[in-house]
Amino acid sequence: MDKYVEMIRIRFLMMLAYRTNYYTGILIYAINIAAYYFLWAAIYGDKPSMQGMSLGQMTTYVAISWLSRAFYFNNIDREIAMEIRDGKVATELIRPYSYLGMKAVQGLGEGLFRLFFLSLPGLLVVSLFLPLQFPENAHTWLSFSLSLLLSFVIYSELNLLAGVVTFFTFRNEGLLRAKRFIIDLFSGLILPVSFYPDWAQRLMDYFPFQAISYIPSMIITESFQGADVRDGLIVQVAWCALLLLPIGLLWRMAKKRLVVQGG
Amino acid sequence: MAQYMKTKLQYRTDLLIEWLSDFMAQAVNLVFLLVVFGHTPLLHGWTRDEILFIYGFFLVPYAVFGAFFNLWDFNERYIVQGEMDRVLTRPVHSLFQIILERMELESLLGAIPGLIIMAYASVRLSLTFHWYDFFIFILLVIGGAFIYAGIFISLATISFFADARTSIMPMMYNISSYGRYPIDIYHRVIRYILTWVLPFAFVGVYPASYFLNKQEWYDYAFMTPVVGALFFAIAIMLWNAGVRRYRGTGS
Repeated sequence: MDKYVEMIRIRFLMMLAYRTNYYTGILIYAINIAAYYFLWAAIYGDKPSMQGMSLGQMTTYVAISWLSRAFYFNNIDREIAMEIRDGKVATELIRPYSYLGMKAVQGLGEGLFRLFFLSLPGLLVVSLFLPLQFPENAHTWLSFSLSLLLSFVIYSELNLLAGVVTFFTFRNEGLLRAKRFIIDLFSGLILPVSFYPDWAQRLMDYFPFQAISYIPSMIITESFQGADVRDGLIVQVAWCALLLLPIGLLWRMAKKRLVVQGG
Repeated sequence: MAQYMKTKLQYRTDLLIEWLSDFMAQAVNLVFLLVVFGHTPLLHGWTRDEILFIYGFFLVPYAVFGAFFNLWDFNERYIVQGEMDRVLTRPVHSLFQIILERMELESLLGAIPGLIIMAYASVRLSLTFHWYDFFIFILLVIGGAFIYAGIFISLATISFFADARTSIMPMMYNISSYGRYPIDIYHRVIRYILTWVLPFAFVGVYPASYFLNKQEWYDYAFMTPVVGALFFAIAIMLWNAGVRRYRGTGS
């Protein structure tokens, strides 16, 4: 366990070395979210609510979902793909830790860094000039924190899955990019899943994507109430567990047929 | 040229997947538009088809930009891995060399969905075109591509000054998408930014409004090539200043 905590710490410090990047990052995030706000204000026109959400809730939804993304987002799929291509994965495999586990905690270290140096200050800046609505209920915050953590787990599991697929295909740059855009679109980051046509919503119920962004953002805006919150969290936990299966299976197969290209 | 086609066609599936994922990246915004207009008929007085037209127009200069100015991994490839040293030993302008090296003509295919969407929207809006509109279109597309190039070359030059990984490029792509919506929906600060600081509005709504007969934006539409030339010139100046400061990574 200690070595994983240490790995989180090292990743965190690594990111700290590049922190100047994040000052510009905060500014660009703020411009982004502000532009989104005006776009949504124009979409709402003089409608008081759409799909059960007010403009204030929508603004909060957009701000929170982008800032959450900074936390759960990581590039471990690309890192795994790169280490496979360079053959580095061979040395990684003989080290005394689980390779995939280590990748996941590295992602967590990165996520924590961005949470403190990008999301929180970003939220502060944005709330200065946008009418964000935050819940006063401590319970909502607690559910949201839990939900956000689960988002990270699901997102990372999908990344590990995509990374492990590289063992079989060697080149999957295109697949990784496609995955990223599918997640942006169907996770509820771009717009709440409840805005999609019914058939699309039903289809998305069969995929883990909305558990990444839609559920936590709906919780924090209190668009989900009572039983909805509980059901959302259950769906997230279920996907966390379910996604472990294909990862474990593919990983076992991958280790057997590992071919290190060159040396 | 023929050789170039052959090397690219060697990896046909790669090419196809790359092209598809490029298009999907843009389709995110298309889906957003279509879904949103499922809930509202008008966006600040602009109809769905008008906005679709802007979106389609944008794809064309964007494809031109993508084909010639592939600076995505400039920092990684040229600074960190030291390729820049090789480029600088040659007697041709360094930026010109990099553009030639990294050219990806197949990105031009990305203009096709744009043209289709524009055609669809103009039929639905029953737009009429004059014979000279074709040349204006080419001019505005080139202007737009130069704006994009100017901004992203300027961003790439940051690598010369600060030896940090720049994570701003993807976010910049995101901001660029706001230039595709009617500029009058935004607060004047954002309008100002999208017009004069990061002039993405000149790659979307301004030039497209010429074809949509939105007379109030004509002045801006015709400034597109001027702004393009200006931002490109600034970018080259920044680049030259950056090259003078460049010391290499020593690896």
